[in-house]
Amino acid sequence: MTEIKANASLDLRGIMCPINFVKTKLKLETLEAGEVLEVILDSGDPIQNVPKSIKEEGHRIVEVKKEGEHFRLKVQKG
Amino acid sequence: MADHFIEDKTTKVNVNLEGKEQKIDFNDLKSGGFIKQRQKDLFTVRLRCPGGRLSTEKLVEIAQIANKYSKKGVVHFSFRQSLEILYVDYKEFNNIVAELEKIGQKVASCGPRVRVPTACGGCEYNPNGLTDTQGMAKMVDEKFFGTPTPHKFKTSFSGCPIDCARTKEMDFGFQGVVEPVWEEPDCTGCTICSEACKEDAIVSDPDTGKPIFDPMKCIFCGDCIRACPTEAWKPKRYGHIVRIGGKHGRHPMEALEVCRFLPDEKVPEAIQKTIEWYNANGKRGERIGNAIKRVGVQNYLDFMAPVFKAIPAPFGK
Ligand code: HEM
Ligand code: HEM
Ligand code: SF4
Ligand code: SF4
Ligand code: SF4
Repeated sequence: MTEIKANASLDLRGIMCPINFVKTKLKLETLEAGEVLEVILDSGDPIQNVPKSIKEEGHRIVEVKKEGEHFRLKVQKG
Repeated sequence: MADHFIEDKTTKVNVNLEGKEQKIDFNDLKSGGFIKQRQKDLFTVRLRCPGGRLSTEKLVEIAQIANKYSKKGVVHFSFRQSLEILYVDYKEFNNIVAELEKIGQKVASCGPRVRVPTACGGCEYNPNGLTDTQGMAKMVDEKFFGTPTPHKFKTSFSGCPIDCARTKEMDFGFQGVVEPVWEEPDCTGCTICSEACKEDAIVSDPDTGKPIFDPMKCIFCGDCIRACPTEAWKPKRYGHIVRIGGKHGRHPMEALEVCRFLPDEKVPEAIQKTIEWYNANGKRGERIGNAIKRVGVQNYLDFMAPVFKAIPAPFGK
């Protein structure tokens, strides 16, 4: 898989639902459509909930990497 | 509890209204929904609010009527989602009913008949929702409300397996489900779906990250579909898990699952036939769950076969 370049990054490890999603959303609002945000999420609740909320708001998850107990996602603003 | 239903007291009562002798025939209050309070002459008026939904406009109008007729100026949200106007003097029944009628608000029912259906928010606005619970509740209310049965007959609609509307505790309950189907070419092996599935129905292949699916564990919630970034998990069909014979009260019973993936359009037929079976087999004062225990669920299932049999099982099993 080719590495997708991120325009911004958020480390959300240790941040609970739904604050992690709200932070993601606020950060995405500072980006232009088509730009990419990297987010790091814990497994468990965060990875169960944040990706579907991101999709519901019309953004695209373009890359997912599992790194031990957390996930590194690349989100393209819709 | 029969003595609490004023509609079961088949008497006409003479009341003295502003010096004039008038009759209130409790049988005229066909819809029921008037519940005697411990306070002398005071009753609770229970409104008919299928699915617990009201327009804000109507809520304002109801509030004005409640404010006028409740001697204590209070309402109560019932456990089946209706709005109850408390402390109403029975001598004013005719007036309050007429005023409610004028704004298109009906009074609920008591006694041995189909009750107002309850429902959660469902797919219209709840993120987990899979079925249009509110639409279904409205349909059931219009088609079946008040239909006589051997005892009370309560229905509810939950939009997903979280089952906020407690279909497992209803005489006849409908819980939304979705059948997930995985299409390998769209899958990138990201492993999110195995994290998203709370039932351990999906584990990730250690080499490829792709899902290994155990259909026996799946409860049809759709979390995998919502979580998958590439739409590799797709909804194959939506429908209802149908449950019968649940109840609350002193001796709660958990409902039996009798059908999976009943589509929306078959729901009216399922209710129609179930009421038919209940009226033919239930004894007076017997909930359908007890009737099924006594007669045997197979008898019911045989009767329902024309509705339930044709529906394919999930995952072709
Ligand atoms: C964004 C906010 C919220 C969302 C999305 C949400 C969602 C949910 C969901 C999906 C359930 C069913 C969960 C399950 O069975 O696992 C639930 C149940 C529940 N929620 Fe919330 N909720 C929210 C806020 C709240 C708040 C603020 C409270 C209380 C202060 C609350 C109290 C409850 C309770 C008590 C239940 C259990 C109800 C029962 O099982 O009878 N929720 N909520
Ligand atoms: C005229 C009086 C009554 C009427 C109209 C009436 C009607 C209803 C209705 C509509 C419900 C659904 C709950 C709700 O909306 O909050 C309900 C629930 C219930 N009522 Fe009554 N009720 C009456 C009196 C009683 C009495 C006196 C008892 C007990 C002796 C009783 C026991 C129950 C129980 C146990 C439930 C929960 C049952 C279930 O969900 O399966 N009710 N009743
Ligand atoms: S049953 Fe499901 S759809 Fe309905 S309110 Fe609960 S979580 Fe939402
Ligand atoms: S529908 Fe729900 S239970 Fe079934 S596999 Fe998907 S997430 Fe798991
Ligand atoms: S979430 Fe979707 S893309 Fe990721 S492993 Fe599961 S099916 Fe494949």
